Amino acid sequence: MSFFRKAWHLYADGFKNLGPVGKKLWLIILIKLFIMFAILRLFFFPDVLEKNFSSDEERSKHIINEITKQ
Amino acid sequence: MEEALVNWSRGQFALTAMYHWLFVPLTLGLSFIMAIMETIYYKTGNEKWKKTTQFWMTLFGINFAIGVATGIILEFEFGTNWSNYSWFVGDIFGTPLAVEGIMAFFLESTFIAVMFFGWDKVSKKFHLVSTWLVALGSNLSALWILVANAWMQHPVGMHFNLDTARNEMGNFWEVLLNPTAVDKFLHTISSGYVIGALFVTGISAWYLLNNRHIRFAKKSMMIAAVFGIVSSLFIVVTGDSSGHHISRTQPMKLAAMEGLYEGQEGADLVAIGVLNPNKTLTNDEDAFHFKIAFPRLLSLLAERDADAFVPGMNDLVYGNEEQNIPPTSEKIRKGDMAIQAIKDYREAKENNNDSLAGVHLEKFNKFYHNMGYGYFEDEKEVVPPVALTFYSFHVMVALGFLFVLLFILVIWNTMNDTILSKRYLLKAAVWAIPFGYLASMLGWVVSEVGRQPWTIQDLLPVKMSTSHISTGNVQTTFWIFAVLFTILLIAELSIMIRQIKIGPK
Repeated sequence: MSFFRKAWHLYADGFKNLGPVGKKLWLIILIKLFIMFAILRLFFFPDVLEKNFSSDEERSKHIINEITKQ
Repeated sequence: MEEALVNWSRGQFALTAMYHWLFVPLTLGLSFIMAIMETIYYKTGNEKWKKTTQFWMTLFGINFAIGVATGIILEFEFGTNWSNYSWFVGDIFGTPLAVEGIMAFFLESTFIAVMFFGWDKVSKKFHLVSTWLVALGSNLSALWILVANAWMQHPVGMHFNLDTARNEMGNFWEVLLNPTAVDKFLHTISSGYVIGALFVTGISAWYLLNNRHIRFAKKSMMIAAVFGIVSSLFIVVTGDSSGHHISRTQPMKLAAMEGLYEGQEGADLVAIGVLNPNKTLTNDEDAFHFKIAFPRLLSLLAERDADAFVPGMNDLVYGNEEQNIPPTSEKIRKGDMAIQAIKDYREAKENNNDSLAGVHLEKFNKFYHNMGYGYFEDEKEVVPPVALTFYSFHVMVALGFLFVLLFILVIWNTMNDTILSKRYLLKAAVWAIPFGYLASMLGWVVSEVGRQPWTIQDLLPVKMSTSHISTGNVQTTFWIFAVLFTILLIAELSIMIRQIKIGPK
């Protein structure tokens, strides 16, 4: 059996034979990742500079203004 | 910047970082303990060691699964709440974090699958190598995060590009081998090893208290306690080295850790002390209501000379001519000049006057290392919260020494086969688990609260680092995180406790 086939079987068998604790943990991981990326990242955590400015030059200018205004 | 916004952003980062840190240290420590146990199984072929390894591996898996990706939230916060800071640090922070992502992904996620799914499917040797690689991979992940954090405590190996407003890495090796990074990495991972050792010792002690799995518990306990004592001694060495470097790079933090207001030659190290809350920089009250101190030990720790001068907070704020310590007011003046040089440089550039821009650039480079002071109006702003830093440091150290005592007693009684009769010791071992976490958290409090008011030491204060977003948004996400992480913690504890009650097969 080739290396890749063996690796595939290792993962496939591993997931197929997950015990109840393993299944529960994977469920928690998936729910957690969904909350983090599909809810929090999307609706609550935009990249402020990416969103508000269209080029790196504008971003630099904004930061210069920020750090020089007193 | 609005003070409430800064404080909520700071609170949110502290909350998420501390919750994240609840999961990390056990991964760091337990992975090595498992690897040692599996090595014994590999060497002896004794199936009991295999079962022992598998049991601790299950608990490792629970902690890993619940904790995985909780650190990503911190990166979300960089882009949203801390955009000024994120842009300002440029690739200094990005490079180590990118290396961390790649290492964590390839090493941990590849070999963790072999570790869990590969029993009896891959050779014993390959399985053992995978377990060791998971341990090394998780520790190497920590390295890159800690390198980034150390750069904020002691920025080196970069220059600030006035055109892009970003720091650019000039020397990767200087950033990586920054003495603060080396100390921080070694000190932090060894604290994780102690937590791993306390965890295994404590749970084994619980089995012994309940007369269950006695052989398994004694063997696990012995390995964990030996691992714990070696790690504890390593913590003492790295802690001493950290203190020595902090005295050079963050003397104000060291002064706050020790409640030292007036500098001294032959300064004492406080062992136990109660701070006087009415003490301020300018009044003449005693700094302590009560203290027991080791004579001249602080000078020895900080300067490697028991008679050397250690500056206090007053020396650092108001200066000490005799000791050649400039007052903060002078640094504020230099910081103002750096900030003015940025404005003048930009103006010269806009007018296409490159030679004048060059003059301002030179002036900026001369004062850049003090730039952050230009954002302060009052020189006293450079003093961190003294009580929180002082008590966190001293409780952490006291707990560290109690853990050493615990490991010694556990090893002694296990070797003499008297451990079962020492119920007070077994109970103490169980209770030591939460205190291990407490000590580790307090270590971060010392590191992060002690460096206030800075995000990047001497270059960027916290109040200049946040984005212009609504305070309400930060408050909302603060509570979302508080609920989410609390649920995760409850999930971890309930699954873990259930699995512990079931015990090894």
